[in-house]
Amino acid sequence: MEPVLEVNSLTMDFGGLRAIDQLNLRVMPSEIVALIGPNGAGKTTFFNCITGIYTPSAGDIFLSVNGRRERLNGLKPNRVTQKGIARTFQNIRLFQNMTVLENVMIGRHCRTSSGILGAIFRDRRTRLEEEKVVSDSYKILEKIGLDRFVNELAMNLPYGAQRRLEIARALATEPFLLLLDEPAAGMNQKETQELDELIVNIRDTENISILLIEHDMKLVMRISDRIYVVDYGKKIARGNPLEIQRNPAVIKAYLGEDPDA
Amino acid sequence: MDWEYFLELLLGGLTRGSIYALIALGYTMVYGIIELINFAHGEIYMIGAFTALIVASVLNYAGMNHVAVAILAMVAAIIYSCAYGFAIEKIAYKPLRNAPRLSALISAIGMSLFLQNYVLLAQTPDFLPFPSLIPDFDFWEPYAHIISSQEIAILATTVSVMILLTVMIKFTIIGKAMRATAQDRIMAALVGVDINRVISVTFVVGSATAAIGGVLIASHVGQINFYIGFIAGIKAFVAAVLGGIGSIPGAVLGSLVLGWTESFFTGYISSDYEDVFAFLFLVLILIFRPSGILGRSETQKV
Repeated sequence: MEPVLEVNSLTMDFGGLRAIDQLNLRVMPSEIVALIGPNGAGKTTFFNCITGIYTPSAGDIFLSVNGRRERLNGLKPNRVTQKGIARTFQNIRLFQNMTVLENVMIGRHCRTSSGILGAIFRDRRTRLEEEKVVSDSYKILEKIGLDRFVNELAMNLPYGAQRRLEIARALATEPFLLLLDEPAAGMNQKETQELDELIVNIRDTENISILLIEHDMKLVMRISDRIYVVDYGKKIARGNPLEIQRNPAVIKAYLGEDPDA
Repeated sequence: MDWEYFLELLLGGLTRGSIYALIALGYTMVYGIIELINFAHGEIYMIGAFTALIVASVLNYAGMNHVAVAILAMVAAIIYSCAYGFAIEKIAYKPLRNAPRLSALISAIGMSLFLQNYVLLAQTPDFLPFPSLIPDFDFWEPYAHIISSQEIAILATTVSVMILLTVMIKFTIIGKAMRATAQDRIMAALVGVDINRVISVTFVVGSATAAIGGVLIASHVGQINFYIGFIAGIKAFVAAVLGGIGSIPGAVLGSLVLGWTESFFTGYISSDYEDVFAFLFLVLILIFRPSGILGRSETQKV
């Protein structure tokens, strides 16, 4: 089977600083893959390269969807989203002054085709399309369990609900691959548990592959099929949760060198 | 107190303010999206007026009916101004999008001077008479001393433009994309919004409202030259700052406040000091409430 995401020797330099060094990574269809590593290891930079916020200094990023393999390097963020990658941020970046429904509708934007003229003259096609955007958005909110908040402003939602809304908005773009940057950050235990049910559920019902960055190791070990560990921009380990827990290089990166060893 | 005179000044101020609003909307929308004061915006308005003058003169010469002339001149002005607005953004601002903000600001001033001088050379330095596109309605004759049918037409046009714009920004997909871009450009791109397209649409919409304002004022005042964009632009800019730049309701409110200030001060004190009152007001607002009447933090941008 062809991987959905294939990253080959990706390198990202900022001046003299090498934030990502020759990183290889694969995400298979319907797989949940975790990317872990100490703070500053280059995980978010990696997400920024994939989503087109940064242009990588070297290496290739391929997305394979329905048998078509496309290179994503150098595409603008909105084009990457159109190709089928969506993401969330570690600090919540909702459109705070817009309603919950509107936040999700924006995500549908990239799957619509009417332009400015349609917006002005409101022809039949545009109106039908907009009605469909609203009904699709409702469906997504129901699925994520946010339907009781539809007309609230995003900034008035409780914290856990804001996190879920970020995921709902990402799903609205109809991705094949979902990148989650620390989805459990700041959540309590109960919220985290609900979150991992949600993530697994998205994978199972929507057939979406998931790549996540997360510091909550319990969550990572519970839901990931495979884990990549990076440190100083380099991959130091790869494997299933059990293998990773026993890997000496990982233990060293997280706990530091044992002075007696 | 002379209530009829008061009413006249009130309505005069309302008309004046609503025209400022048409221009101020362009400033505030562009600022909301890319945080740039588009100093060439006044020139877009001036170019709209010139286009309408040329088209109206030709059509009048051809003996066309008054209403058709007014509509066609307006449409031509809108299309031509939109093309200018679109091109200005692509030529003067887009290459500087990631440059320091001062660079784009200087580019805007350069664009403004260029367009003024271009029209000066291509047309004439003199004032040109502008035909009255809006006829005096007979049935309105008895009230015309309070508010003329021209002013009624201006008010009606302005109000409809604002309603259309509000509907567009609040309810359509492209309007939502504009608001999203104003709040967080990178995030908007990441949910699939084409930022360049949104910015172009913002410039085009802003130019269209400026062109409408240009044609209405020119028709009301009766003469234009290459320099009218400058003072109108500055006044609209003052109005946008008064209301809180970046906020659409703020731009409308600021424009009305400015229109009434000018109208009442010139009416009750002296018309020689019209601009003095406007700018005095700006200074006071900037001292006591620098974020404008509707401060940006508590209002929605775009």
